[in-house]
Amino acid sequence: MSAITHDTHGHHDSHDHHDHHEETFISKYVFSQDHKMIGKQFLITAVFMGLVAMLLSLLFRIQLAWPGESSDFLSLFLGETWAPGGVLKENMYLGLVTIHGTIMVFFLLTGGLSGTFSNILIPLQLGARDMASGFLNMISYWLFAISSVIMLVSLFIETGPAMAGWTIYPPLSALPQAIEGSGLGMTLWLVSMTLFIAGSLIGSLNYIVTVLNLRTTGMSMTRMPLTIWAFFVTAILGVLSFPVLLSAAVLLMMDRLAGTSFYLSDIIVGGEMLENHGGSPLLYQHLFWFLGHPEVYIVLLPALGLSSEIISTNARKPIFGYRAMIGSILAIGFLSFIVWGHHMFITGMNPFLGSVFVFTTLLIAIPSAVKVFNYITTLWRGSIVFTPAMLFAIGLVSTFITGGVTGIILADSALDIAVHDTYFVVAHFHIVMGMSAVFGMFAGVYHWFPKMYGRMLNTRLGYAHFWVTLVGAYGVFFPMHFVGLAGAPRRYYDYSVYNEFDTNTYEMMLDLNVIITVFAIVAAIGQLIFLFNFFYSIYRGPVAVQNPWRSNTLEWTTPVEHIHGNWPGALPIVHRWPYDYSKPGAEEDFILQTVPLAEGEEEH
Amino acid sequence: MSFKLITIIVIVLGVLAVSQLVRLYELSSKLRNRREEDVTNRDNKLNANLLLAFMIFFYAGFIYLMTEYGWTGRGDAASVHGETTDWLLNLNFVIIIAVFFLTNTLLFGFAWKYVRKPGVKAYFYPHDNKLELIWTVVPAIVLAVIIILGLKTWNGITGDSSKEAIRIELFSKQFDWTARYSGEDNVLGKFDYKLTTQENELALLTSATLDSAIRYMEFGKADSTVLGIKLLENKLNNPKNIFIPEDRMKMETDLDRKTRLLRLLYQMKVRHNAKLDASAYDDILQKDTLHLLKGKEYEISFRAKDVIHSAYFPHLRAQINTVPGQVTRLKVTPTISTKEMRVRKNNPKFNYVLMCNKICGSAHYKMKMIVVIDTPEQYKAWLKSKTTFRDDYLKPATVVSDSTSAVASVGDTTKMGM
Repeated sequence: MSAITHDTHGHHDSHDHHDHHEETFISKYVFSQDHKMIGKQFLITAVFMGLVAMLLSLLFRIQLAWPGESSDFLSLFLGETWAPGGVLKENMYLGLVTIHGTIMVFFLLTGGLSGTFSNILIPLQLGARDMASGFLNMISYWLFAISSVIMLVSLFIETGPAMAGWTIYPPLSALPQAIEGSGLGMTLWLVSMTLFIAGSLIGSLNYIVTVLNLRTTGMSMTRMPLTIWAFFVTAILGVLSFPVLLSAAVLLMMDRLAGTSFYLSDIIVGGEMLENHGGSPLLYQHLFWFLGHPEVYIVLLPALGLSSEIISTNARKPIFGYRAMIGSILAIGFLSFIVWGHHMFITGMNPFLGSVFVFTTLLIAIPSAVKVFNYITTLWRGSIVFTPAMLFAIGLVSTFITGGVTGIILADSALDIAVHDTYFVVAHFHIVMGMSAVFGMFAGVYHWFPKMYGRMLNTRLGYAHFWVTLVGAYGVFFPMHFVGLAGAPRRYYDYSVYNEFDTNTYEMMLDLNVIITVFAIVAAIGQLIFLFNFFYSIYRGPVAVQNPWRSNTLEWTTPVEHIHGNWPGALPIVHRWPYDYSKPGAEEDFILQTVPLAEGEEEH
Repeated sequence: MSFKLITIIVIVLGVLAVSQLVRLYELSSKLRNRREEDVTNRDNKLNANLLLAFMIFFYAGFIYLMTEYGWTGRGDAASVHGETTDWLLNLNFVIIIAVFFLTNTLLFGFAWKYVRKPGVKAYFYPHDNKLELIWTVVPAIVLAVIIILGLKTWNGITGDSSKEAIRIELFSKQFDWTARYSGEDNVLGKFDYKLTTQENELALLTSATLDSAIRYMEFGKADSTVLGIKLLENKLNNPKNIFIPEDRMKMETDLDRKTRLLRLLYQMKVRHNAKLDASAYDDILQKDTLHLLKGKEYEISFRAKDVIHSAYFPHLRAQINTVPGQVTRLKVTPTISTKEMRVRKNNPKFNYVLMCNKICGSAHYKMKMIVVIDTPEQYKAWLKSKTTFRDDYLKPATVVSDSTSAVASVGDTTKMGM
């Protein structure tokens, strides 16, 4: 139990000699305070959670494509309790949908994306020895881990997991009489999310402090890579909005346990007349979406940051409009706080308030358009190398466009009326979050895998993974637009009700649902390629060189072997911005940030 | 069991096979001295071509789906405002589809064209203020148009309805809808959820419903499935009864709650103005089917009994959530009768529908109501067959049972647990 790392001892400079000590297995792999290890812990946990959530989605997709038909796959995973005779139970369908959404949004895309890459890249790209507080960083991960376990446990209890949708709107989520999942399952959901929020807050504060205080000499804010800008703004969004979700959850908990009436009023449920009077379910929705909308950008900004770096590196060109990119990250971050009402146009909220949110929401399209055009211009006249990371980054830009433009329809309250809560919405946010953000995450894993594990992923398997994923995921989410435009409400166990009033539309929905499910199965199988590649390469992949992608940023100046404190000698000193690719007059097509300006050379 | 076994064997063999293939691949790269990060020109070119091929395949798929299913698969809008929003939707679709094609083509096109070529260096081009300005200002102008048109339409849709609008109410609960027509006075009677009994599911407020709600609270159900206050008190105060502490606590809580609700009912009774009874008594209740008159403006208000539901009329392009403790509203003017729509859709069985579109429990997906848009003659004939709330509620049978022991139940327990 004592994997001693003496070999790194000699590399340390005097600066942190005092805290260097022999590491045990526990302190190195379990309760590690090293940001690189914590980043990897976040990644592996999130990959596992993502797998579970993907499996859940397959289970309910099978029900949607072949409603009421017995399936061995369903009975294998759900057994007689939740899929008697291989047919999914109605309640469990809602439970699967709820937990799928929760895990994907929070555990994979918040914990996994921002947790992993903020941890790994912030100190490495800024030239810092570690996070501002390694201890708090460790706590942040362990809160995340515990909350993951609780969320998974809720799948195995007798009354089933939370079933009110990932947005858990009360009164449905507050009243166990209304649906069985609102009993213990909902309590576990709330406990899990409370711990998750605490962990996320600690993590975000740490990121912010690190970015502001621990930049190395010469690393001014305007020389930071766009990844760091994205993580920085993401962390600020998290700190400002997650506490509001916590307050929503605490009030909901009190309505459930202490008999308060924050969200409940004039309700008769399960034959019981409740006394609660004066509460408003809309209050919950306001609180929820005050987090819920910034959350979309908490998910997306890190992905955009990662892809900026990857596109620039692999196009061998500076990212176009560096300052405009920073400006649009800031603008998106700011605007994301004043648009939450676009989720509530038809909830009974005052229509005038609705029109204010139409205005602010559509404004977000401007910085988003700037980002897209800047990516495209970065490719223009580049010398593009298609690494798997680069392919995923290009996939991200394509899906960001495809998912973004439908947002214009949904943000327009008058048009939202007819498509609100239909599959059109499901298509929109899956293309943005399920494709763009996930592609950003994959791109990041492929690009920084050598930094994380000191070994290379298999490139050919990476290509196979990308192509199956791109075709499969577009095949899943693109036809959903048409299901939604035909009026199909989301979260329906099956659409046979259409038989009673519009048989033609029913047939169309069934056709498309089969296509969607087949693509979903293909895409899911494609992820096995990634899993295999990932775990195989951790142990047996070819050993990486120090700077495999010929990149400019500081993380590629650290040794391949991980050491405490990141740099063996003194910290690097930064002399230039991170995007000097193919600079005229330079010998190589990249110049590390640590290289001083040559005589007569201008900073970009 | 055998299925599970076979699955596991297949998975294990699959993993083994792939890992052997990868070993082989790695050995061959080692032999050729190729490193993983060095992307060969062949691989590079292949991926560039695949990106372009994907774009064409993607566009073809999009166009196929559009011709096959249209961009509004719901068919023609059947309401006045629906025609406006459909026009606006089409305009917006033209804009965003143009943007979609333009930007995706540039993206995949550049990715294909500027793939690394031996001897060609990338062009150092860090920024250009003019370009940046163009793609900030042009989207801003387009968005301004979208916003102005959108808000104008929105204000029209959500504004007040005219005085002549026919007032109806839709009442939602797990998992069905009930319509209430305001009757000849075009005024919906008042309601309070505490008045809910089996005979008065919509909790309408009249002197008689108040009295029966009070009786129900005091005496409960005749068959003792629901205990009233009096019986609860008797049971709890009888020293001969011994209860499990849990049961006792439950009964005490129930008693406390009912006592407080009863007090509120008495307060309501004191304040009640019997003149208002008439507006409730002439209301007409209708389950399962909603009849609307073609060409008339409707002011519809919505209530929910238990959880949030959403009233979604896909063909009328109308939707609003129903919220417990709050009344929501919308206005709508149907323009195409059911009969006309059946001809247009070439489907003699087609019907308009009202669906629940907010997750509300296990049978959420079945919670719907058929909507019939009538011509005046049909509407008159239907209306003639209907009885008012007065007829339903004050019919002799109810009065007799009321005077004995207020047979009633809150909620519809038979439908739970579906």
